[in-house]
Amino acid sequence: MSSGTNTQIDQIYREESGKVLATLVRILGDLDLAEEATQEAFVAAVTSWERNGIPQNPVAWLISTGRFKAIDAIRKRARRDELEPEVQRRIDDIQSANLSFAKRDIEDDQLRLIFTCCHPAIDRKVQVPLTLREVCGLTTEEIASAFLVPTATMAQRIVRGKAKILAAKIPFVIPNAEALPERLDAVLSVIYLVFNEGYSTSTGDSALRAELSQEAIRLARILAGLISNSEVKGLLALMLLHESRRLARTDAQGDIVLLEDQDRQLWDQALIGEGRRLVSEGLEMREIGFYSVQAAIAAVHAEAQTPEETDWAQIVALYNVLVQIQPTSVIRLNRAIAIAMSDGITIGLDLVDRLLREGGLENYHLAYSARGELLRRLGRVSEAREAFQHALTLAKQAPERRLLERRIASLT
Amino acid sequence: MKYMLLIYGAEDAWTEQEQEDCMLESMAICDDLEAQGKYVAASPLHPVSTATSLRLRDRRVEVTDGPFAETTEQLGGYFIIEVEDLDEAISIAKRLPPAKKGTVEIRPVFPLPERDKVGDKSANRTEDTPN
Repeated sequence: MSSGTNTQIDQIYREESGKVLATLVRILGDLDLAEEATQEAFVAAVTSWERNGIPQNPVAWLISTGRFKAIDAIRKRARRDELEPEVQRRIDDIQSANLSFAKRDIEDDQLRLIFTCCHPAIDRKVQVPLTLREVCGLTTEEIASAFLVPTATMAQRIVRGKAKILAAKIPFVIPNAEALPERLDAVLSVIYLVFNEGYSTSTGDSALRAELSQEAIRLARILAGLISNSEVKGLLALMLLHESRRLARTDAQGDIVLLEDQDRQLWDQALIGEGRRLVSEGLEMREIGFYSVQAAIAAVHAEAQTPEETDWAQIVALYNVLVQIQPTSVIRLNRAIAIAMSDGITIGLDLVDRLLREGGLENYHLAYSARGELLRRLGRVSEAREAFQHALTLAKQAPERRLLERRIASLT
Repeated sequence: MKYMLLIYGAEDAWTEQEQEDCMLESMAICDDLEAQGKYVAASPLHPVSTATSLRLRDRRVEVTDGPFAETTEQLGGYFIIEVEDLDEAISIAKRLPPAKKGTVEIRPVFPLPERDKVGDKSANRTEDTPN
Protein backbone atom coordinates (compact mmCIF):
# COMPACT_ATOMS: atom_id res chain seq x y z
CA MET A 1 0.00 0.00 0.00
CA SER A 2 1.51 3.30 -1.03
CA SER A 3 1.23 5.92 1.67
CA GLY A 4 0.61 8.50 -1.09
CA THR A 5 -2.78 7.06 -2.02
CA ASN A 6 -3.63 6.69 1.64
CA THR A 7 -2.85 10.33 2.35
CA GLN A 8 -4.98 11.35 -0.61
CA ILE A 9 -7.85 9.17 0.58
CA ASP A 10 -7.53 10.70 4.04
CA GLN A 11 -7.78 14.13 2.49
CA ILE A 12 -10.76 13.15 0.34
CA TYR A 13 -12.38 11.70 3.44
CA ARG A 14 -11.96 14.92 5.36
CA GLU A 15 -13.14 17.14 2.55
CA GLU A 16 -15.75 15.08 0.76
CA SER A 17 -17.25 12.53 3.15
CA GLY A 18 -19.92 15.06 4.15
CA LYS A 19 -21.09 15.31 0.55
CA VAL A 20 -21.10 11.54 0.09
CA LEU A 21 -23.10 11.10 3.29
CA ALA A 22 -25.61 13.86 2.47
CA THR A 23 -26.42 12.41 -0.94
CA LEU A 24 -26.64 8.88 0.44
CA VAL A 25 -29.01 10.08 3.17
CA ARG A 26 -31.31 11.52 0.49
CA ILE A 27 -31.16 8.37 -1.64
CA LEU A 28 -31.51 5.93 1.26
CA GLY A 29 -33.72 8.02 3.55
CA ASP A 30 -31.94 6.54 6.55
CA LEU A 31 -29.13 8.25 8.44
CA ASP A 32 -27.60 5.16 10.05
CA LEU A 33 -27.66 3.18 6.84
CA ALA A 34 -26.12 6.12 4.96
CA GLU A 35 -23.33 6.43 7.53
CA GLU A 36 -22.59 2.75 7.32
CA ALA A 37 -22.61 2.89 3.50
CA THR A 38 -20.28 5.91 3.50
CA GLN A 39 -17.80 4.08 5.72
CA GLU A 40 -17.94 0.99 3.55
CA ALA A 41 -17.48 3.03 0.39
CA PHE A 42 -14.28 4.52 1.82
CA VAL A 43 -13.06 1.08 2.92
CA ALA A 44 -13.68 -0.16 -0.63
CA ALA A 45 -11.89 2.91 -2.00
CA VAL A 46 -8.70 2.04 -0.12
CA THR A 47 -8.31 -1.27 -1.98
CA SER A 48 -9.74 -0.23 -5.31
CA TRP A 49 -7.96 3.11 -5.67
CA GLU A 50 -4.65 1.59 -4.63
CA ARG A 51 -4.98 -0.86 -7.52
CA ASN A 52 -6.68 1.31 -10.17
CA GLY A 53 -5.75 4.82 -9.20
CA ILE A 54 -8.02 7.55 -7.86
CA PRO A 55 -11.02 8.02 -10.14
CA GLN A 56 -11.74 11.27 -11.99
CA ASN A 57 -14.70 12.06 -9.76
CA PRO A 58 -14.06 10.45 -6.36
CA VAL A 59 -17.33 11.74 -4.87
CA ALA A 60 -19.36 10.13 -7.67
CA TRP A 61 -17.44 6.87 -7.22
CA LEU A 62 -18.02 6.91 -3.46
CA ILE A 63 -21.74 7.69 -3.76
CA SER A 64 -22.28 4.93 -6.34
CA THR A 65 -20.29 2.46 -4.26
CA GLY A 66 -22.09 3.51 -1.09
CA ARG A 67 -25.46 3.01 -2.76
CA PHE A 68 -24.42 -0.45 -3.88
CA LYS A 69 -23.18 -1.33 -0.38
CA ALA A 70 -26.44 -0.10 1.15
CA ILE A 71 -28.57 -2.23 -1.18
CA ASP A 72 -26.38 -5.16 -0.26
CA ALA A 73 -26.87 -4.46 3.44
CA ILE A 74 -30.66 -4.19 3.02
CA ARG A 75 -30.75 -7.57 1.23
CA LYS A 76 -28.65 -9.24 3.91
CA ARG A 77 -30.78 -7.83 6.69
CA ALA A 78 -33.98 -8.77 4.90
CA ARG A 79 -33.12 -12.45 4.92
CA ARG A 80 -33.41 -12.27 8.64
CA ASP A 81 -36.53 -10.30 9.35
CA GLU A 82 -38.32 -8.45 6.58
CA LEU A 83 -40.88 -9.45 4.01
CA GLU A 84 -39.65 -9.78 0.46
CA PRO A 85 -42.00 -7.42 -1.45
CA GLU A 86 -41.34 -4.54 0.95
CA VAL A 87 -37.59 -5.04 0.65
CA GLN A 88 -37.82 -5.17 -3.12
CA ARG A 89 -39.88 -1.99 -3.17
CA ARG A 90 -37.31 -0.23 -1.01
CA ILE A 91 -34.45 -1.38 -3.23
CA ASP A 92 -36.36 -0.24 -6.32
CA ASP A 93 -36.87 3.17 -4.72
CA ILE A 94 -33.17 3.45 -3.98
CA GLN A 95 -32.22 2.38 -7.48
CA SER A 96 -34.60 4.81 -9.12
CA ALA A 97 -33.59 7.74 -6.90
CA ASN A 98 -32.06 10.60 -8.82
CA LEU A 99 -28.30 10.11 -8.87
CA SER A 100 -26.80 13.40 -9.88
CA PHE A 101 -23.25 14.43 -9.18
CA ALA A 102 -23.72 18.04 -10.22
CA LYS A 103 -22.26 20.46 -7.67
CA ARG A 104 -25.61 22.16 -7.13
CA ASP A 105 -27.42 18.86 -6.52
CA ILE A 106 -24.81 17.70 -4.03
CA GLU A 107 -25.03 21.03 -2.20
CA ASP A 108 -28.82 20.71 -2.14
CA ASP A 109 -28.38 17.36 -0.45
CA GLN A 110 -26.12 18.93 2.16
CA LEU A 111 -28.69 21.66 2.69
CA ARG A 112 -31.43 19.04 3.22
CA LEU A 113 -29.31 17.38 5.85
CA ILE A 114 -28.62 20.70 7.61
CA PHE A 115 -32.34 21.43 7.83
CA THR A 116 -33.00 17.96 9.19
CA CYS A 117 -30.30 18.18 11.87
CA CYS A 118 -31.53 21.66 12.88
CA HIS A 119 -35.21 20.69 12.83
CA PRO A 120 -37.09 22.44 15.65
CA ALA A 121 -38.48 19.06 16.74
CA ILE A 122 -34.93 18.16 17.80
CA ASP A 123 -33.63 19.44 21.14
CA ARG A 124 -31.33 22.45 20.73
CA LYS A 125 -28.60 20.72 22.74
CA VAL A 126 -28.74 17.93 20.17
CA GLN A 127 -29.00 20.05 17.01
CA VAL A 128 -25.47 21.42 17.29
CA PRO A 129 -23.54 18.16 17.78
CA LEU A 130 -25.78 16.39 15.28
CA THR A 131 -25.01 19.00 12.61
CA LEU A 132 -21.28 18.83 13.34
CA ARG A 133 -21.34 15.05 13.19
CA GLU A 134 -23.57 14.49 10.18
CA VAL A 135 -23.01 17.57 8.05
CA CYS A 136 -19.44 18.54 8.93
CA GLY A 137 -18.18 15.00 9.49
CA LEU A 138 -16.47 15.73 12.81
CA THR A 139 -15.98 12.72 15.04
CA THR A 140 -17.89 12.45 18.31
CA GLU A 141 -14.57 12.73 20.20
CA GLU A 142 -13.72 15.97 18.39
CA ILE A 143 -17.13 17.48 19.11
CA ALA A 144 -16.97 16.38 22.74
CA SER A 145 -13.56 17.93 23.27
CA ALA A 146 -14.53 21.14 21.47
CA PHE A 147 -17.50 21.54 23.83
CA LEU A 148 -15.63 20.23 26.88
CA VAL A 149 -18.20 17.49 27.41
CA PRO A 150 -17.41 13.79 28.04
CA THR A 151 -17.44 11.76 24.80
CA ALA A 152 -20.09 9.41 26.20
CA THR A 153 -22.43 12.33 26.88
CA MET A 154 -21.94 13.70 23.37
CA ALA A 155 -22.41 10.24 21.84
CA GLN A 156 -25.67 9.91 23.74
CA ARG A 157 -26.96 13.24 22.42
CA ILE A 158 -26.15 12.28 18.85
CA VAL A 159 -27.83 8.89 19.22
CA ARG A 160 -30.89 10.61 20.70
CA GLY A 161 -31.07 12.96 17.72
CA LYS A 162 -30.78 10.19 15.18
CA ALA A 163 -33.40 8.11 16.97
CA LYS A 164 -35.79 11.06 16.89
CA ILE A 165 -35.27 11.61 13.16
CA LEU A 166 -35.99 7.95 12.51
CA ALA A 167 -38.95 7.40 14.85
CA ALA A 168 -40.75 10.71 14.22
CA LYS A 169 -39.81 10.56 10.53
CA ILE A 170 -38.29 14.01 10.24
CA PRO A 171 -37.92 14.37 6.48
CA PHE A 172 -34.73 15.13 4.56
CA VAL A 173 -36.09 18.12 2.67
CA ILE A 174 -35.52 21.81 2.16
CA PRO A 175 -38.56 23.44 3.82
CA ASN A 176 -41.13 25.10 1.59
CA ALA A 177 -41.29 28.88 1.27
CA GLU A 178 -43.90 29.20 4.03
CA ALA A 179 -41.86 27.34 6.64
CA LEU A 180 -38.45 28.54 5.46
CA PRO A 181 -37.98 31.74 7.52
CA GLU A 182 -38.60 30.00 10.83
CA ARG A 183 -36.56 26.98 9.93
CA LEU A 184 -33.75 29.16 8.65
CA ASP A 185 -33.55 30.95 12.01
CA ALA A 186 -32.84 27.64 13.71
CA VAL A 187 -30.14 26.78 11.19
CA LEU A 188 -28.48 30.19 11.51
CA SER A 189 -28.34 30.00 15.28
CA VAL A 190 -26.80 26.53 15.13
CA ILE A 191 -24.16 27.78 12.69
CA TYR A 192 -23.43 30.81 14.87
CA LEU A 193 -23.09 28.62 17.97
CA VAL A 194 -20.61 26.42 16.12
CA PHE A 195 -18.65 29.47 15.01
CA ASN A 196 -18.55 30.97 18.48
CA GLU A 197 -17.43 27.73 20.01
CA GLY A 198 -14.54 27.80 17.56
CA TYR A 199 -13.85 31.49 18.06
CA SER A 200 -14.08 31.76 21.82
CA THR A 201 -10.88 31.62 23.79
CA SER A 202 -12.08 28.70 25.84
CA THR A 203 -9.65 25.98 26.73
CA GLY A 204 -9.11 23.05 24.42
CA ASP A 205 -7.27 22.38 21.22
CA SER A 206 -6.91 25.65 19.31
CA ALA A 207 -6.51 23.94 15.93
CA LEU A 208 -9.73 22.06 16.52
CA ARG A 209 -11.51 25.26 17.44
CA ALA A 210 -10.29 26.99 14.30
CA GLU A 211 -11.72 24.06 12.36
CA LEU A 212 -15.13 24.58 13.99
CA SER A 213 -15.17 28.19 12.84
CA GLN A 214 -14.13 27.12 9.35
CA GLU A 215 -16.97 24.61 9.27
CA ALA A 216 -19.47 27.25 10.34
CA ILE A 217 -18.27 29.57 7.59
CA ARG A 218 -18.41 26.75 5.05
CA LEU A 219 -22.00 25.93 6.04
CA ALA A 220 -23.02 29.58 5.81
CA ARG A 221 -21.41 29.83 2.38
CA ILE A 222 -23.43 26.86 1.15
CA LEU A 223 -26.59 28.47 2.55
CA ALA A 224 -25.79 31.85 1.05
CA GLY A 225 -25.21 30.24 -2.33
CA LEU A 226 -28.61 28.56 -2.28
CA ILE A 227 -30.87 30.96 -0.40
CA SER A 228 -31.07 34.67 -1.05
CA ASN A 229 -31.72 36.08 2.40
CA SER A 230 -30.29 39.11 4.16
CA GLU A 231 -29.80 37.31 7.46
CA VAL A 232 -27.84 34.50 5.79
CA LYS A 233 -25.60 37.12 4.21
CA GLY A 234 -25.43 38.93 7.55
CA LEU A 235 -24.35 35.84 9.46
CA LEU A 236 -21.73 34.93 6.87
CA ALA A 237 -20.43 38.51 6.89
CA LEU A 238 -20.35 38.61 10.69
CA MET A 239 -18.34 35.41 10.89
CA LEU A 240 -15.91 36.48 8.14
CA LEU A 241 -15.31 39.83 9.85
CA HIS A 242 -14.61 38.13 13.19
CA GLU A 243 -12.49 35.50 11.51
CA SER A 244 -10.42 38.23 9.82
CA ARG A 245 -9.10 39.16 13.28
CA ARG A 246 -8.25 35.63 14.44
CA LEU A 247 -4.47 36.07 14.14
CA ALA A 248 -4.47 39.48 15.80
CA ARG A 249 -6.66 38.62 18.75
CA THR A 250 -4.14 36.48 20.61
CA ASP A 251 -0.41 36.94 21.09
CA ALA A 252 2.34 34.32 20.85
CA GLN A 253 1.59 33.15 24.40
CA GLY A 254 -2.07 32.64 23.55
CA ASP A 255 -3.08 35.69 25.58
CA ILE A 256 -6.00 37.87 24.53
CA VAL A 257 -5.22 41.09 22.66
CA LEU A 258 -8.10 43.57 22.90
CA LEU A 259 -9.53 45.09 19.74
CA GLU A 260 -7.93 48.48 20.30
CA ASP A 261 -4.50 46.95 20.97
CA GLN A 262 -4.55 44.62 17.96
CA ASP A 263 -2.00 44.93 15.18
CA ARG A 264 -4.39 45.81 12.37
CA GLN A 265 -1.78 44.74 9.82
CA LEU A 266 -2.63 41.19 10.89
CA TRP A 267 -6.28 41.55 9.97
CA ASP A 268 -7.12 39.48 6.92
CA GLN A 269 -8.12 42.07 4.32
CA ALA A 270 -9.55 39.49 1.91
CA LEU A 271 -12.03 38.30 4.57
CA ILE A 272 -12.82 41.90 5.51
CA GLY A 273 -13.48 42.77 1.87
CA GLU A 274 -15.82 39.84 1.44
CA GLY A 275 -17.54 40.58 4.75
CA ARG A 276 -18.09 44.24 3.89
CA ARG A 277 -19.42 43.37 0.46
CA LEU A 278 -21.93 40.98 2.05
CA VAL A 279 -22.96 43.61 4.60
CA SER A 280 -23.82 46.11 1.89
CA GLU A 281 -25.59 43.45 -0.18
CA GLY A 282 -27.64 42.54 2.88
CA LEU A 283 -28.49 46.15 3.68
CA GLU A 284 -29.63 46.69 0.09
CA MET A 285 -32.23 43.97 0.64
CA ARG A 286 -33.81 46.26 3.23
CA GLU A 287 -34.49 43.50 5.72
CA ILE A 288 -32.53 44.30 8.85
CA GLY A 289 -32.08 41.46 11.31
CA PHE A 290 -30.06 40.24 14.27
CA TYR A 291 -27.09 39.08 12.23
CA SER A 292 -27.03 41.78 9.58
CA VAL A 293 -26.88 44.54 12.22
CA GLN A 294 -24.10 42.81 14.13
CA ALA A 295 -22.23 42.32 10.86
CA ALA A 296 -22.63 46.02 10.10
CA ILE A 297 -21.12 46.83 13.52
CA ALA A 298 -18.20 44.49 12.86
CA ALA A 299 -17.75 46.15 9.45
CA VAL A 300 -17.50 49.62 11.02
CA HIS A 301 -14.71 48.33 13.28
CA ALA A 302 -12.99 46.70 10.32
CA GLU A 303 -13.04 49.93 8.33
CA ALA A 304 -11.02 51.86 10.92
CA GLN A 305 -7.30 51.92 10.14
CA THR A 306 -6.56 52.87 13.75
CA PRO A 307 -8.74 52.57 16.88
CA GLU A 308 -9.08 56.37 16.96
CA GLU A 309 -10.65 56.38 13.50
CA THR A 310 -13.51 54.13 14.66
CA ASP A 311 -16.87 55.71 13.82
CA TRP A 312 -18.42 55.23 17.26
CA ALA A 313 -21.49 57.35 16.43
CA GLN A 314 -22.29 54.93 13.63
CA ILE A 315 -21.78 51.98 16.00
CA VAL A 316 -24.13 53.54 18.58
CA ALA A 317 -26.76 54.02 15.85
CA LEU A 318 -26.46 50.35 14.91
CA TYR A 319 -26.69 49.25 18.56
CA ASN A 320 -29.85 51.31 18.87
CA VAL A 321 -31.31 49.15 16.11
CA LEU A 322 -29.93 45.95 17.63
CA VAL A 323 -31.51 46.54 21.06
CA GLN A 324 -34.85 46.87 19.28
CA ILE A 325 -34.35 43.46 17.68
CA GLN A 326 -32.96 41.72 20.74
CA PRO A 327 -33.09 43.70 23.99
CA THR A 328 -30.83 41.45 26.06
CA SER A 329 -28.66 42.74 28.90
CA VAL A 330 -25.47 41.86 27.03
CA ILE A 331 -26.47 43.82 23.94
CA ARG A 332 -27.52 46.78 26.09
CA LEU A 333 -24.14 46.59 27.83
CA ASN A 334 -22.33 46.72 24.49
CA ARG A 335 -24.46 49.69 23.49
CA ALA A 336 -23.50 51.46 26.72
CA ILE A 337 -19.81 50.91 25.97
CA ALA A 338 -20.24 52.30 22.45
CA ILE A 339 -22.00 55.34 23.94
CA ALA A 340 -19.07 55.80 26.32
CA MET A 341 -16.73 55.90 23.35
CA SER A 342 -18.95 58.17 21.32
CA ASP A 343 -20.63 60.55 23.79
CA GLY A 344 -18.33 60.51 26.77
CA ILE A 345 -17.01 58.03 29.30
CA THR A 346 -19.15 59.34 32.19
CA ILE A 347 -22.40 58.98 30.24
CA GLY A 348 -21.43 55.41 29.27
CA LEU A 349 -20.40 54.55 32.83
CA ASP A 350 -23.76 55.75 34.16
CA LEU A 351 -25.51 53.45 31.67
CA VAL A 352 -23.29 50.50 32.64
CA ASP A 353 -24.02 51.08 36.32
CA ARG A 354 -27.72 51.32 35.66
CA LEU A 355 -27.63 47.99 33.79
CA LEU A 356 -25.71 46.36 36.63
CA ARG A 357 -28.32 47.57 39.11
CA GLU A 358 -31.13 46.20 36.95
CA GLY A 359 -29.67 42.71 37.31
CA GLY A 360 -29.06 39.98 34.77
CA LEU A 361 -25.36 40.73 34.39
CA GLU A 362 -24.19 39.78 37.87
CA ASN A 363 -22.30 36.71 36.63
CA TYR A 364 -21.00 38.31 33.45
CA HIS A 365 -17.34 39.14 34.01
CA LEU A 366 -17.16 41.35 30.89
CA ALA A 367 -19.66 43.76 32.48
CA TYR A 368 -17.29 44.36 35.39
CA SER A 369 -14.15 44.51 33.26
CA ALA A 370 -15.89 47.07 30.99
CA ARG A 371 -16.78 49.09 34.08
CA GLY A 372 -13.17 48.83 35.27
CA GLU A 373 -11.87 50.06 31.94
CA LEU A 374 -14.21 53.08 31.93
CA LEU A 375 -13.18 53.93 35.52
CA ARG A 376 -9.50 53.57 34.56
CA ARG A 377 -9.99 56.04 31.72
CA LEU A 378 -11.55 58.47 34.18
CA GLY A 379 -8.51 58.11 36.43
CA ARG A 380 -10.53 56.50 39.22
CA VAL A 381 -7.84 53.87 39.76
CA SER A 382 -8.89 52.25 43.03
CA GLU A 383 -12.48 51.81 41.83
CA ALA A 384 -11.14 50.42 38.55
CA ARG A 385 -9.01 47.90 40.46
CA GLU A 386 -12.03 46.83 42.47
CA ALA A 387 -14.09 46.30 39.32
CA PHE A 388 -11.34 44.28 37.60
CA GLN A 389 -10.90 42.20 40.74
CA HIS A 390 -14.60 41.49 40.83
CA ALA A 391 -14.45 40.49 37.16
CA LEU A 392 -11.58 38.14 38.05
CA THR A 393 -13.77 36.31 40.57
CA LEU A 394 -16.26 35.64 37.75
CA ALA A 395 -13.92 34.83 34.83
CA LYS A 396 -13.37 31.12 34.41
CA GLN A 397 -11.14 30.72 31.40
CA ALA A 398 -7.37 30.99 31.78
CA PRO A 399 -6.72 33.52 28.96
CA GLU A 400 -9.45 35.80 30.30
CA ARG A 401 -8.08 35.56 33.81
CA ARG A 402 -4.55 36.37 32.62
CA LEU A 403 -5.87 39.41 30.75
CA LEU A 404 -7.59 40.71 33.88
CA GLU A 405 -4.50 40.06 36.00
CA ARG A 406 -2.40 42.00 33.50
CA ARG A 407 -4.84 44.89 33.57
CA ILE A 408 -4.86 44.99 37.35
CA ALA A 409 -1.05 44.93 37.39
CA SER A 410 -0.84 47.78 34.88
CA LEU A 411 -3.00 50.09 36.99
CA THR A 412 -0.93 52.83 38.56
CA MET B 1 -46.65 7.10 8.54
CA LYS B 2 -49.29 7.45 11.26
CA TYR B 3 -49.20 10.23 13.83
CA MET B 4 -51.46 10.84 16.78
CA LEU B 5 -52.12 14.47 17.53
CA LEU B 6 -52.98 14.78 21.20
CA ILE B 7 -54.85 17.93 22.09
CA TYR B 8 -53.99 19.39 25.48
CA GLY B 9 -55.48 22.50 26.98
CA ALA B 10 -57.03 24.08 30.03
CA GLU B 11 -60.67 23.05 30.02
CA ASP B 12 -61.90 26.41 31.27
CA ALA B 13 -60.13 28.28 28.47
CA TRP B 14 -63.09 27.89 26.12
CA THR B 15 -66.49 29.52 26.11
CA GLU B 16 -69.39 27.41 24.89
CA GLN B 17 -69.48 29.33 21.64
CA GLU B 18 -65.75 28.80 21.15
CA GLN B 19 -66.14 25.10 21.82
CA GLU B 20 -68.82 24.83 19.22
CA ASP B 21 -66.80 26.79 16.66
CA CYS B 22 -63.78 24.64 17.42
CA MET B 23 -65.83 21.48 16.90
CA LEU B 24 -67.19 22.66 13.57
CA GLU B 25 -63.78 23.77 12.37
CA SER B 26 -62.20 20.51 13.47
CA MET B 27 -64.89 18.51 11.68
CA ALA B 28 -64.25 20.49 8.50
CA ILE B 29 -60.54 19.70 8.79
CA CYS B 30 -61.39 16.01 9.26
CA ASP B 31 -63.54 16.07 6.10
CA ASP B 32 -60.72 17.70 4.23
CA LEU B 33 -58.19 15.14 5.51
CA GLU B 34 -60.54 12.28 4.65
CA ALA B 35 -60.88 13.56 1.08
CA GLN B 36 -57.08 13.44 0.83
CA GLY B 37 -56.90 9.95 2.34
CA LYS B 38 -55.05 11.26 5.39
CA TYR B 39 -57.75 10.76 8.00
CA VAL B 40 -57.70 7.75 10.32
CA ALA B 41 -59.68 8.77 13.40
CA ALA B 42 -60.47 11.76 15.58
CA SER B 43 -62.61 12.58 18.54
CA PRO B 44 -63.05 15.06 21.33
CA LEU B 45 -63.14 13.66 24.85
CA HIS B 46 -65.49 14.42 27.73
CA PRO B 47 -63.91 16.62 30.42
CA VAL B 48 -61.46 15.05 32.90
CA SER B 49 -64.12 15.23 35.60
CA THR B 50 -65.61 12.17 33.84
CA ALA B 51 -62.30 10.30 33.82
CA THR B 52 -61.70 7.06 35.66
CA SER B 53 -58.22 5.69 36.28
CA LEU B 54 -57.46 2.05 36.81
CA ARG B 55 -54.34 0.35 38.05
CA LEU B 56 -53.53 -3.23 38.87
CA ARG B 57 -51.31 -3.53 41.93
CA ASP B 58 -50.62 -6.74 43.82
CA ARG B 59 -53.41 -8.37 41.82
CA ARG B 60 -55.81 -5.78 43.16
CA VAL B 61 -57.76 -3.48 40.92
CA GLU B 62 -57.56 0.11 42.00
CA VAL B 63 -60.21 2.24 40.38
CA THR B 64 -60.16 5.94 41.15
CA ASP B 65 -61.97 9.03 40.05
CA GLY B 66 -60.14 11.49 37.82
CA PRO B 67 -57.07 11.44 35.61
CA PHE B 68 -53.81 9.76 36.56
CA ALA B 69 -51.89 13.03 36.83
CA GLU B 70 -53.30 16.41 37.77
CA THR B 71 -51.98 19.03 35.37
CA THR B 72 -53.23 22.39 34.18
CA GLU B 73 -53.45 21.17 30.58
CA GLN B 74 -55.77 18.22 30.09
CA LEU B 75 -56.07 15.78 27.25
CA GLY B 76 -59.16 16.99 25.44
CA GLY B 77 -59.18 15.05 22.21
CA TYR B 78 -57.11 13.41 19.54
CA PHE B 79 -56.61 13.03 15.81
CA ILE B 80 -54.91 10.12 14.10
CA ILE B 81 -53.59 10.98 10.66
CA GLU B 82 -51.76 9.12 7.94
CA VAL B 83 -49.21 11.43 6.31
CA GLU B 84 -45.81 11.39 4.67
CA ASP B 85 -43.61 12.73 7.46
CA LEU B 86 -43.33 14.96 10.55
CA ASP B 87 -43.36 18.17 8.51
CA GLU B 88 -46.73 17.26 7.06
CA ALA B 89 -48.02 16.31 10.51
CA ILE B 90 -46.83 19.70 11.78
CA SER B 91 -48.56 21.54 8.94
CA ILE B 92 -51.84 19.81 9.81
CA ALA B 93 -51.40 20.36 13.56
CA LYS B 94 -50.90 24.06 12.81
CA ARG B 95 -54.40 24.24 11.33
CA LEU B 96 -56.15 22.76 14.39
CA PRO B 97 -58.06 25.39 16.35
CA PRO B 98 -56.98 24.05 19.80
CA ALA B 99 -53.35 24.85 18.89
CA LYS B 100 -54.23 28.50 19.51
CA LYS B 101 -55.17 27.91 23.15
CA GLY B 102 -53.39 24.77 24.23
CA THR B 103 -50.77 22.37 22.97
CA VAL B 104 -50.86 19.82 20.20
CA GLU B 105 -48.48 16.97 20.97
CA ILE B 106 -47.46 15.08 17.85
CA ARG B 107 -46.54 11.47 18.46
CA PRO B 108 -45.51 8.97 15.80
CA VAL B 109 -47.63 5.83 16.12
CA PHE B 110 -45.54 2.74 16.65
CA PRO B 111 -46.39 0.41 13.76
CA LEU B 112 -47.41 -3.10 14.73
CA PRO B 113 -47.36 -5.99 12.27
CA GLU B 114 -50.59 -5.98 10.31
CA ARG B 115 -53.42 -7.69 12.18
CA ASP B 116 -54.21 -10.31 9.55
CA LYS B 117 -50.56 -11.42 9.49
CA VAL B 118 -50.58 -11.86 13.25
CA GLY B 119 -53.85 -13.73 12.79
CA ASP B 120 -52.22 -16.02 10.19
CA LYS B 121 -49.49 -16.95 12.61
CA SER B 122 -51.93 -17.86 15.35
CA ALA B 123 -53.97 -19.82 12.78
CA ASN B 124 -50.82 -21.78 11.89
CA ARG B 125 -50.19 -22.45 15.51
CA THR B 126 -53.68 -23.90 15.95
CA GLU B 127 -53.15 -26.17 12.96
CA ASP B 128 -49.91 -27.42 14.46
CA THR B 129 -51.67 -28.34 17.65
CA PRO B 130 -52.80 -31.96 17.44
CA ASN B 131 -56.52 -32.33 18.03
